[in-house]
Amino acid sequence: MRTISIDPITRLEGHGKIEIFLDDAGAVKNAYFQVPELRGFEKFVEGMPVEEVPRVVTRICGVCPAAHHLAAGKAVDAVYHVDPPPTAKKLRELYYSAHYVHSHIAHFYALAAPDFVMGPDSDPATRNILGLVQKLGVGPVAEVIKHRALAQEIQRMVSGRATHSVWTLPGGVSKGITEDERKDIIVKAKACLEFAKGSLKLFDDVVLANKAYVDLILSDTYELDTYYIGTVDEKNHVNFYHGDHRVVDQNGKELLRYKDAEYLQHIAERVEKYSYLKFPYLKAIGWKGLTDGKDSGLYQASPLSRLNAADGMATPLAQAAYERFYATLGGKKPVKKLLATHWARLVELVYAAERLLELANDPEVASPNFRTLPTATPTEGVGIVEAPRGILTHHFKTDEKGLVTQANLIVGTTNNHGPISMAIKKAAQKVIKPGQEVGQGMLNMVEMAFRLFDPCFSCATHSLPGSMPLTVDIIDERTGTVLERVSR
Amino acid sequence: MAKIKLGAYWASACGGCDVAILDINEKILDLAAAADILFWPIATDFKYADVEKMPDNHLDVTLFNGAIRNEENEHLAKLLRQKTKTLVAFGSCAHMGGIPGLANLFNREQIFKAVYLDSPSIDNKDSTVPHRTTQVPEGELTLPEFHNTVRKLDQVVDVDYYVPGCPPNPKRIWEVVETIVSGKLPKKGSVIGASEMTQCDECKRKKGEKKITEFKRLATAQPDPETCLLEQGFLCMGVATRAGCEHRCQRSNTGCRGCYGPPPGVYDQGLKALSAIASVVDADTEEKAAQLVGALPDPVRYFNRFSIPASPLTRRAL
Repeated sequence: MRTISIDPITRLEGHGKIEIFLDDAGAVKNAYFQVPELRGFEKFVEGMPVEEVPRVVTRICGVCPAAHHLAAGKAVDAVYHVDPPPTAKKLRELYYSAHYVHSHIAHFYALAAPDFVMGPDSDPATRNILGLVQKLGVGPVAEVIKHRALAQEIQRMVSGRATHSVWTLPGGVSKGITEDERKDIIVKAKACLEFAKGSLKLFDDVVLANKAYVDLILSDTYELDTYYIGTVDEKNHVNFYHGDHRVVDQNGKELLRYKDAEYLQHIAERVEKYSYLKFPYLKAIGWKGLTDGKDSGLYQASPLSRLNAADGMATPLAQAAYERFYATLGGKKPVKKLLATHWARLVELVYAAERLLELANDPEVASPNFRTLPTATPTEGVGIVEAPRGILTHHFKTDEKGLVTQANLIVGTTNNHGPISMAIKKAAQKVIKPGQEVGQGMLNMVEMAFRLFDPCFSCATHSLPGSMPLTVDIIDERTGTVLERVSR
Repeated sequence: MAKIKLGAYWASACGGCDVAILDINEKILDLAAAADILFWPIATDFKYADVEKMPDNHLDVTLFNGAIRNEENEHLAKLLRQKTKTLVAFGSCAHMGGIPGLANLFNREQIFKAVYLDSPSIDNKDSTVPHRTTQVPEGELTLPEFHNTVRKLDQVVDVDYYVPGCPPNPKRIWEVVETIVSGKLPKKGSVIGASEMTQCDECKRKKGEKKITEFKRLATAQPDPETCLLEQGFLCMGVATRAGCEHRCQRSNTGCRGCYGPPPGVYDQGLKALSAIASVVDADTEEKAAQLVGALPDPVRYFNRFSIPASPLTRRAL
């Protein structure tokens, strides 16, 4: 038996690792995906005043700090039994919409686009955003930089900081915005919306107009048959900040839905010795190991799963894009083709920009009534938001002084730990064939299986050029000698 | 002038330092013009093996962010030190231990217990915790060892310069890049990309006489946006913190927590804060002082929020 080690997967935050075991004939016997990182936030916030926690847990992820800030902020509202005023909720959602614009732009252009614009098996030296500069000219890349920066600037204007905000407090936020700032945000939001529309068109022109890519999306190399989770509003439309958390089955039928405080009735987590990351699953179905199908409680939490778990989008252009998405991909829900996650992310980008503009147009966001001071004794609370990479749960218990006695966090990407592991194994099995030479294009095809999840332990992956550097060693298990090394 | 050879790396970190580098926006293209980036896992295709193959001191500068939490972080810190002429501790975690350093208030067993055994969502009847090596039917899988104690970068290797901040202010990052490219670096061991003043020296809030009659918590009170937070009774670390971030947390109306580290000449940020605040507490009796200070919960994580590994506090004393 031979082993292929993909280590380090350097564009994962920290050092993700894939071990692929081949049988004597060279077929993939098994593949393991390992997360070698742990920091222990759950423990070291114990004893802290709970109102300080939203500004500490941002440091879980420097790319999606706003998701952690708001999930914790909502949990802390619940701990103090306080309902923030409408201005506070709208400001938080406005800020979060801008955050989504930043995050989805970064992921799509820096990570996903090079695979499609340059090609999945193109020269790895140019399969990055600098390659895009060469192929498309500096103009479009400058537009990407400009609009991601606008989204960061909106977050800074609203919360005081673009990264690691310190702004949500029990019952609202620490500061509001002025009328002049609101008008400035409208201008920036309009620009972001135009950019989002253009991104959808780019996907049409580059991906959907190319039969080879459509075939790749529709191939069974990138397909899983899991449950899907997503947060929906009262009309079952996608919402990132609040709503019911809805799970649909393999036929698109609602299996269950729950409110923030009810998550423990529905979600549990397994531990495996070989990874620091836990494996969540649906309690209603049960843990059956790393396998898909209706008897396995694994679920996906991603842009694709949010679309699958909802009945539509709350804004007009996103709704049109949503309808087209399903019409193009077979006409029924759920879509199981994993690479469609990239397209789903762009549908969400349009929604985020539309929602951003809608909220900026609401004069109430500039009202000075942005906080309700809590008066009740603090106890326990759960806060859930949709992080760009999947549903995010924060749960805190406190003593009567509001000092944390227990914390639990189920982070966006953690939900996808099982599905990512399976997607990698499946792609490896489809791509690596006995007797076939292992090339860099093959590595990229395996890599694409997890890249589409935009994993959050790769915080920093969103941001800059490049295809992921990989080394694959093919080792003779009996002698331990490296038979072949493929690098890119 | 020849392009400098630049490396960048994250250890136990959140990625926020790398996002801060990206937040220099269009200047990122200037950075690419001024430097050959030879190792930056986020951005380039170079791998550990490529670094190992480099001659010693091959890299002119490495910006190293993140704390030293595990075996792999330590290995990379030592490797990059060997391959780099000028090693820069970039951001609060490398500089002082940062938020991951709060874990030093506990130990490895307590952290594993909270995460893998006691979590309310856990399903773990066999009490499984991750292991350094695991036998699976097909072979062996390994993980880096999780250390008992978090260290800052200069507790593991020799560091030449420090850039503070969680994350560093993007506007000052460009200044750091220019300083590095110009070669006009200050004395070894200096803090660069920040101010020589304290936060309070630069904060625009109205200041009067500092007499704290009551400590307030942000949970149950709302600060006035114009006046000094500390004078209002809200804890603010500005007095014991170096400036350079444009006092972004005071502008957020919630107060500084010290991510830029101690001002020049101060060894321990927490002690400095404690003594500064003690001197403005309006209490003429010990009893009153005890009552006032007693209203302030969890002082260690206010005064050393980002600097526990850098402080004289040890796990035993806590």
